Amino acid sequence: MKFKWQNYNAAYLFLSPAMTAIFIFFFLPVLAALVMSFTDFDIYSLGDISRARFVGFSNYIDLFKNPLFWKALGNTGYFVLVGVPLSILISMLAAMALNSKMLRFKPFFRLTFFLPVVTTLVAVAVIWRYIYQARFGLLNYLLSFVGINPVDWLGNPRWAMLALIIMAVWKGFGYNMIIFVAGLQNIPETLYEAARLDGANGWQEFRNVTLPMLAQTTGFITITTLIGYCQFFAEPYVMTDGGPLNSTLSIVLMMYKEGFKFWRMGYSAAIAFILFGIILIITLIQLRIQKHHEI
Amino acid sequence: MVRAHSMEKCCCQSKRNTVSQNSFCKKIKNTDFYLLILLPALILFFNACHSVEKKDHVIDFWAMGVEAQHLGELVTVFEQENPELHVRVQAIPWSAAHEKLLTAYAGNSTPDLCQLGNTWIPEFVILNAIEPLDALLKTSADIDTAQYFSGIWATNEIDGTLYGIPWYVDTRLLFYRKDIFEELGHSTAPTTWDDLFDLSLKIQNEGKTEYAFYLPLNGWHEIVAMAMQNGSTLLKDNNSYGDFDAPEFQNALRFFLKLYEHQLCPLGMNAISNLYQSFADDYFAIYISGPWNLGEFQKRLPEFMQAKWTVAPMPSFAGEYPGISTAGGSSIVMFKNSENKAAAWKLIEFLSRPEIQTRFYQLSGDLPANTSAWNILGLHQNERTEVFFQQLHHVKPTPRIPEWEQIALKIQQHVEAMVYGDITPEEVGSRLNIEVNRLLEKRRWLLERERM
Repeated sequence: MKFKWQNYNAAYLFLSPAMTAIFIFFFLPVLAALVMSFTDFDIYSLGDISRARFVGFSNYIDLFKNPLFWKALGNTGYFVLVGVPLSILISMLAAMALNSKMLRFKPFFRLTFFLPVVTTLVAVAVIWRYIYQARFGLLNYLLSFVGINPVDWLGNPRWAMLALIIMAVWKGFGYNMIIFVAGLQNIPETLYEAARLDGANGWQEFRNVTLPMLAQTTGFITITTLIGYCQFFAEPYVMTDGGPLNSTLSIVLMMYKEGFKFWRMGYSAAIAFILFGIILIITLIQLRIQKHHEI
Repeated sequence: MVRAHSMEKCCCQSKRNTVSQNSFCKKIKNTDFYLLILLPALILFFNACHSVEKKDHVIDFWAMGVEAQHLGELVTVFEQENPELHVRVQAIPWSAAHEKLLTAYAGNSTPDLCQLGNTWIPEFVILNAIEPLDALLKTSADIDTAQYFSGIWATNEIDGTLYGIPWYVDTRLLFYRKDIFEELGHSTAPTTWDDLFDLSLKIQNEGKTEYAFYLPLNGWHEIVAMAMQNGSTLLKDNNSYGDFDAPEFQNALRFFLKLYEHQLCPLGMNAISNLYQSFADDYFAIYISGPWNLGEFQKRLPEFMQAKWTVAPMPSFAGEYPGISTAGGSSIVMFKNSENKAAAWKLIEFLSRPEIQTRFYQLSGDLPANTSAWNILGLHQNERTEVFFQQLHHVKPTPRIPEWEQIALKIQQHVEAMVYGDITPEEVGSRLNIEVNRLLEKRRWLLERERM
């Protein structure tokens, strides 16, 4: 069929408001940020634009030389590598528990698991700060029963990130769980019947029916969780402000601090584009793997 | 925002019968999504247009934290005196103040007046955002420079020009357990750090408190004060290079580290959940803090503790006593963009009057910048505030350049790493020099350019 402009006129007309909005509020700022990442736009330039210089790639080079950037990158990597699998595992287990016929009071559990997702993070952070408190916190109190010495969860560089991961997983797993439940409910009961007729036990049912049927859902959840976790920001922002010893400083938090606290916009824009590149690469790899599996 | 996308994708997924249906569903969702973004943006835009036409009898005043809470009463008095004027106070939280002010400046929506922490003034001077006040001060009958603490006043002068009028003052000194000091034979606090160190060892050895000191690692005032006492200027060559490997700074670092090496300070517990309770529970005996804690200690410590604590000036390394401390506090600044400068100045003068400063102290507990108010309030008769009065005559401003906040943060982070044993004091010095010099590159370029 030959392309005819007229055939699409109406469509473009209807699309134009949205496209204009996307262009003005998305593409333009992104473009401006890209240009900015090659300048040293900072607090001096804000008052007088002639104090900004084009610096080529020096923001990027500086970043790669900055130990703090590597620290932030490492922290984000740690958070993603531990947090994402943990979150997916827990939400899948919770979803299967909720989907099982043996469980009673399902709506109650569903609500309880989902509640942290809709609670604002600041409220959650206040509670968790009490839980993690070193001397009087609930967690250390419970650990004392099994003979574990008090841990300064948020004050010790070794534990602070783990503490944030636990909190983030607890806060977020309910959302993925709901999607998993939807995925589980879409699996036809007949497949399980067939498996049982073939003499499959519980594990085999899970391995050969549930998991393959959930592949689509799992793939989708992995990508969104991964992207979300790469943009790890709010938890350290409200709980630790990146401390202690920058052990919870994430890439986005560093970007925020450089940009809005110190107004080093050029530098901060460079961080943003590096993060963009990283997320793009991860997502492409993910999609490639998934496609491979579909065939 | 990631979540919004995922929702939509998920709904598509459950009905992915045909490709066309899938993409159709996506399109609709996207349009809705962006319209939803567009709508509030338009509303904001028209609102912004609307608020531009401001009446010239309105003074917009941004204040922070406790100060904003207590301004209401004073503003009412001001409005009674000046019926033609109306003051709009906007409260902004300290934690978000810096970002908000810079954003307001970038968006051309600064207020007429603003409360500004005095270490922030250089930044706003560089931005060319705030008004020089020398001419106004010269004609003023109400504000008398002689009534102000000179060290504090100096923080408002950048390269010889005045940009703010001190509103309340702040510095750091020792809060300590008087009863414990007395039991160990010290009726007053030691005047040198070495004596204080020995006393701390004694306190801990005799088990008076679990730790002698509490020096939170999330601040920079303590180490910077110690360094300035040693004669460190922190930066050199017209504040364009770091000077952290100089012996003055190194000695301060070494003393700071010594406190931790002898385990005189708890390590790690950045946030003692309840400072006051820990102080009352014999967890620590010495704490370096500012005037806001005078009120807090009175309010939050139990009754039996009230006679057991007091304050003392900063010890020094040698010579001068009280030792130097940092010059803190807030000033009121006027923005260049204000269309109402005469009225705004009137409000500054009003808030600087001794009797208004007096009332403000009674409301907020902030120590008045105007020393006449100290006389009216009888603060000299109060043992604790009098100590602050003495200390305030021994304060020094930190380097008055816009990069200071960033440098201070770097100092704090490196000192924290040193205390954790990751780096030595020498490494703190060399690393700070490298990082601070990189930070000051722009400043050097500008200085160079101006010279040409």
